Amino acid sequence: MSRIRVAAVCAATLSLALTATACGGGSPTGGGSNDSPKTLTYWASNQGASIAVDKKVLQPELDKFEKKTGIKVKLEVVPWSDLLNRILTATTSGQGPDVLNIGNTWSASLQASGALLPWDAKNFDKIGGKDRFVESAIGSAGATGKDPAAVPLYSMSYALYYNKKMFKDAGIAEPPKTWDEVVAAGKKISKGGKWGLAAEGSNLSNNIHQVFVLAKQHGADWFTADGKPDFTSDGAVAAVKQYVDLMAKDKIIAPGNAEYAQNQSLSDFSKNKTAMVLWQAAASTFKSQGMSEDDFGVVPAPVQSGAPGQGRNVNSMVAGINIAVFKNTKNLDGATKFVKFMTSDEESKLLNKTYGSIPPVKAAQDDPAFDAQATSVLKKTLGTSAAPLPQVADESQFETAVGTAVKELFADAAAGKPVTTESVKAALTKAQQSMPNK
Amino acid sequence: MTTTATSPAEAGEGRAVGKNSPGAAGGQGRRPGRIRRIGLPYLLLLPALVLELLVHLVPMVMGIVMSFRELTQFYIREWSTAPWAGFDNFKIAVDFDAPVGQAMLHSFLVTCLFTVASVGLCWVIGTAAAVFMQETFAGRGILRAIFLIPYALPVYAAVITWVFMFQHDNGLVNHVLHDQLGVTDKPSFWLIGDNSFYALLTVSVWKGWPFAFLIVMAGLQNIPKEMYEAAALDGAGLWQQLRRITLPSLRPVNQVLVLVLFLWTFNDFNTPYVMFGKAAPKAADLVSVHIYQSSFVTWNFGTGSAMSVLLLLFLLVVTGVYLVITSRGSRGRKTADV
Repeated sequence: MSRIRVAAVCAATLSLALTATACGGGSPTGGGSNDSPKTLTYWASNQGASIAVDKKVLQPELDKFEKKTGIKVKLEVVPWSDLLNRILTATTSGQGPDVLNIGNTWSASLQASGALLPWDAKNFDKIGGKDRFVESAIGSAGATGKDPAAVPLYSMSYALYYNKKMFKDAGIAEPPKTWDEVVAAGKKISKGGKWGLAAEGSNLSNNIHQVFVLAKQHGADWFTADGKPDFTSDGAVAAVKQYVDLMAKDKIIAPGNAEYAQNQSLSDFSKNKTAMVLWQAAASTFKSQGMSEDDFGVVPAPVQSGAPGQGRNVNSMVAGINIAVFKNTKNLDGATKFVKFMTSDEESKLLNKTYGSIPPVKAAQDDPAFDAQATSVLKKTLGTSAAPLPQVADESQFETAVGTAVKELFADAAAGKPVTTESVKAALTKAQQSMPNK
Repeated sequence: MTTTATSPAEAGEGRAVGKNSPGAAGGQGRRPGRIRRIGLPYLLLLPALVLELLVHLVPMVMGIVMSFRELTQFYIREWSTAPWAGFDNFKIAVDFDAPVGQAMLHSFLVTCLFTVASVGLCWVIGTAAAVFMQETFAGRGILRAIFLIPYALPVYAAVITWVFMFQHDNGLVNHVLHDQLGVTDKPSFWLIGDNSFYALLTVSVWKGWPFAFLIVMAGLQNIPKEMYEAAALDGAGLWQQLRRITLPSLRPVNQVLVLVLFLWTFNDFNTPYVMFGKAAPKAADLVSVHIYQSSFVTWNFGTGSAMSVLLLLFLLVVTGVYLVITSRGSRGRKTADV
């Protein structure tokens, strides 16, 4: 074996091992400017059934904006799976879009990176003021006590969707309001290959949304007031156990749901295999999968039985998409104008109607379209009983650590292994220990 | 090492070429000719060297620098301003009493087991198929093409298809194992829990053995047919021919093949990531995805880089030891042959 070959192999090894973490990099330069006032690049998140659908929805609006302002907007619709990585890369390299959509749960994490333009009073004035937006939506646009890092664009909340025919066949007259009623109804339905409730056990974000709400209902938060992880409180343990027990103990969720992560539970619902699903704005998906609006009902997501108590009637997280301006933009004024346009009453109504979401703009919510069966519950939940996920810089780590713990507990439940208070606590302790030390 | 043995021969050849080359013909032409002879290869190599520098060496050095910095979401925008962490990131990565170190160790051990199993199976299946394909028979060309399909398919499409097949409720694997053959009591989970290791191994071997097949097949072409004919005359059976002729002759080929398969499998990111996403089940938590998760999902780029550097050192040591052992083996054998 020649030395040259040894050296070549060593070099290849080096590059294989290191390029994974070293890609990206370089220092971004300064803040925004107005060097390029005639164009904007916009990264839209994938909201519709496909990227092509999104382009079809958004392009006419962008043309409208160009006609109004003379600014051409270059649109790129980015799939959810790529969006966060794309934003991270843009942040490190400084080469990103001018305007972009972000998941609202990422707001505080991205705010910490300093990549996004802060929305102080002056910037908010340019788009009509902060008061135009629903309070809970603003609450999910950045860390408490700081200027928001983004502006709410589409809002969503969770609701309980139920299959009317399956309920009727099982002799259940009323849709459930509490978790006890969900379990009771689920047990009546769960037989002969049909199941009561659906879950997405391998989807970390979905797991987080569910256990966040349940923890609130048990009077617990996932972070202390000063932003430290608090994953092992009795309330948090009870929340995770209650969620996983729906499969492990109550047996109203099919074991196969433990490996679901690609919205398969919505297909099961449409195919009359599962009678209930907790989801954000699922009506359009059900319709696209062959259900008519009369086939399913939408009611508020369940709470605990009895009188839940102050602050415990939370039944949804504040879900949604925010629009943000990249700090490195070369068209700061144009970007602000574009945010103003996208969050105007008119556009807010139009886009939210198309996507089946709720406008975070108060004035736009008055449109009768948002009082339909499918949307009125979401709107009411958002206004009265939804809470934003913890707006802390470590939110992304929290989703991974706790979301994975719930995924593994679901895997245990599916395999018939016991899920106990101790095993839940152990999983959450490990999740908390893996969070960065402060 | 073999270098010493081959150098004089190479040098001799170099001189011979020099004598016959037009540049060396006249006394005056000698100097510019030599410059051209020495300079031209480097000139031709220059674009590749520059690219190599930009694409590999610069990011590599940056990766090493990052491993010594406290690089989290607070600093990614201006990562060069991240505070120095000294060896803290390395300490976190190898602190086996703490969860991060424990998870890293677990992931490392899973990867070692996975790599040994995958490379072993790829090699055995690839070699068996190549030996089998030496015989001429009708349809050999078609079969050979079929064998190479997994190697030619795009990884993403192939692995996603496997994911469909491994699904608990509607997957083909459970349909065959449980519904048709009745091998299992109830449908198994392949994408979560302990079985995920075997699912990953299956896909890895399916994807990897055609490469072994291809390389071994190429190696077999170089073994003179006369050796087999002579062995057959001496009464050697197929097994003896395989043990005494085929495998020893394939040794140099296998030496490189196993090393390449080892490096590819140990660092494979695509297969586990497409199969399990960013949070792989514990049983199939390969180190490449684990490092990705540390860096890009939990935004701990410093610790992720430190883990990469450690992995690199491990691979360098293993590669070095492997090369020394295998080259000693071949030198010893050559001496014995003489």
